[in-house]
Amino acid sequence: MSTEVQPRTGPAWDRSAEEKAALRRAGDWARRAPLLPALIFLIIVTQLPFVITLVISFMNWNAYYPDERGFTGFDNYRRVLTDVNTRDSIITTIQLTVSVVLVSLVLGLLIALLLDRAFRGRGVVRTMMITPFLVVPVAAALVWKHALYNPEYGLFNGVLTWIFGENAPQPDWISTMPLTAIVVSLVWQWTPFMMLIILAGLQSKPLDVIEAARIDGCSSWQIFRYMTLPHLRQYLELGALLGSIYIVQNFDAVFTITSGGLGTANLPYTIYQIFYNAQDYGRASAAGVVVVIGTIIIATFALRTVSSLFREEGAR
Amino acid sequence: MTTTLEAPPRTAPPAASAPRPNRTGTLLSVLAWLVGILFIIPVLWMLLTSFHSEADAATNPPSLFAPLTLEGYANFFGAQTGASPWPPLLNSLTASVLSTALVLLLSIPAAYALSIRPVRKWTDVLFFFLSTKMLPVVAGLLPVYLIAQGIGMLDNIWLLIILYTSMNLPIAVWMMRSFLAEVPVEVLEAASIDGCNLTRTLRTVVAPMVLPGIAATSLICFIFSWNELLFARVLTATVAQTAPVFLTGFVTSQGLFLATVCAASVVVSLPVLIAGFAAQDKLVQGLSLGAIK
Repeated sequence: MSTEVQPRTGPAWDRSAEEKAALRRAGDWARRAPLLPALIFLIIVTQLPFVITLVISFMNWNAYYPDERGFTGFDNYRRVLTDVNTRDSIITTIQLTVSVVLVSLVLGLLIALLLDRAFRGRGVVRTMMITPFLVVPVAAALVWKHALYNPEYGLFNGVLTWIFGENAPQPDWISTMPLTAIVVSLVWQWTPFMMLIILAGLQSKPLDVIEAARIDGCSSWQIFRYMTLPHLRQYLELGALLGSIYIVQNFDAVFTITSGGLGTANLPYTIYQIFYNAQDYGRASAAGVVVVIGTIIIATFALRTVSSLFREEGAR
Repeated sequence: MTTTLEAPPRTAPPAASAPRPNRTGTLLSVLAWLVGILFIIPVLWMLLTSFHSEADAATNPPSLFAPLTLEGYANFFGAQTGASPWPPLLNSLTASVLSTALVLLLSIPAAYALSIRPVRKWTDVLFFFLSTKMLPVVAGLLPVYLIAQGIGMLDNIWLLIILYTSMNLPIAVWMMRSFLAEVPVEVLEAASIDGCNLTRTLRTVVAPMVLPGIAATSLICFIFSWNELLFARVLTATVAQTAPVFLTGFVTSQGLFLATVCAASVVVSLPVLIAGFAAQDKLVQGLSLGAIK
C-alpha cells in the first residue's frame, strides 16, 4: 500500500541539477493539473460563502428593514451569545449529537458482534439492518411522526392496545418526550451505519492470533476485551467521527418531527429560523460563524483520528 | 468485502463462527433475527400502511389484515395532495444524476493526482477536502442564498446541482483515491514496460479495475443528493422543488392522510433503497471514505 505514496521520478541521474529542477517543476505541474479543477471548484463553492458569512456577521442586516443596513461590530455576536434561545439550541445540539452517536455506536457494536457469527439467513438479517439507513431522512422522520408516534393511530400505541387492551396507556410520545422521540428515530437510522463500519472491522481482525489466544486458554470475554475491542478502536472512532459530522448538522428530523418546538431546536434549525423566518441576516451569520468555530475545534480532534487511521494504511 | 456473503471457509474456525450447533449459538442467532426484524418493522409498517385505505390506516389498534388498496398511491400521484409529485421527483432525479456526473468528472482526475502519481503534500490536500465536509452547511446557506438572489438563480435546479457537487466532491475524492490506491504498482509498471502510454494504461488497465469503485461512488453521491433537504428547502420554491421538499408538505398533515404520507415516503425512498442495495458491498468502504476496506 505504501509504494504508490512515493512520487515516481524517471531516470534522471545523468542530468545537471538545473535540468533536473526544470524537469521536476514541469513534472509537478503535470501532476497538479488533474487536481486543480476539483480544488478550485471546491474553494469557490464552499470557502467563498464562509468569507461572506464572516463579513455579514459584523453587519446589521435584516431583510425586513433594508434601510438600516450597516456595520455594527460585534453586536450580532453579543446578541447570539446572550440570547437564551441560541444557548438552549447549543445545549440541544450537544445532547442530540452525543446521545445519538453513543447509543447508535453501542447498539451498532452489539449487533455487529451478533452478525459476525455465521448463522442461517445472515445475509437477510444484514440487509434488514441496513434498510433504515437507506430510507430518505425526511420520509423516515415523517413515518416516525405520523405512523409510529401518533397518539391516536400510531403503531406504538396500537401495540400497547394489543398488549393491555382497551385501557392501555396511550402516551403522546412527541409532546411528552420530544427530544427522546427525535433521538430514537435518529438512532434507528444511524445504528445500521455504525454496525456496517464495526462489522467491517470485525471481519478484518487477525484470526490466527485469536486462535492462538484461544488455544492458550483465554476465555471469550478475555479475547473480546483484550484483542477484539482494541482492534475495533479505530473503527469505533471512525464511526463516531463520521456520525458526529452528520448528526451535528441534522436538520431533517428536527424540522419534520417537532419543527424545532418543545425545546428541540438544534443549531442548524435555529440558524435556519433566524435566517428564514426572522430574516435577520446579520444574526444568522454570527450564529453560523459561532458554529464554524465550534466545529473547527471538534474537527481538529476528528482529523487527528482519521490521520492516525491513515498513517496505519500508509504503513501497511 | 466478505460482508455480504457467508463467512468464507476458515481453516481453523474460532468459536465465533459456531463450529457446532449449541444452545448459546441458537439463542444468539434467534436474537440476531429478532434485532433485524425490529429494525425493519418501521419500514414494513410504512409499506403496509401505504397499501391501506385511509380509513383502515387510521385505526387503533392498527388493522394488520385490512384489504390492500392503491388508494394512498393514487392520492399521492393524483390531485388529492394539491400538486403533482412528478415535477419534484424529476427535479430530484435531474439534480442527483447531473451532480453525480459532475462529481465524477472532477473527482476522478483529482483522485488520480492524489494516488497513482501523487502531487507533493498530497495528504494535506486530501485533508483539505475532508475539512470542507466538516464545515456546517447551514453557515454557508445565507451567502449562497444572497449570491443566487443577486444573479437570479433562486429556484433554479442548476444552483442545486452545483451545491450538491460541492457537497459530494470531498467524499468522492476520498473514495476514488482509496479505490485507485488499490491498483497494484506492479501492474502499472508492467503496462509501462509493455509500451503502454499513460492514456492507454488508464483506459485499458486502471479503468476496468476501478469500475466497481466508480459505480459505488456514483451511487453514494446519488443517495446524498437525493436525500438533501436544507439547501433545497431554502433555495427552491415551485419550479425547482425537489422530492424531499415536496415531502415536507406532509409535515403537518393530520387525520386521514396517513396512507398517502406512507405512499409518498415509499415512492421517494425507492430510488435510494435500490441504489443502496446495489452498492451494498462497497457501501461500507464508501461511507467510511475509503478508510476501511
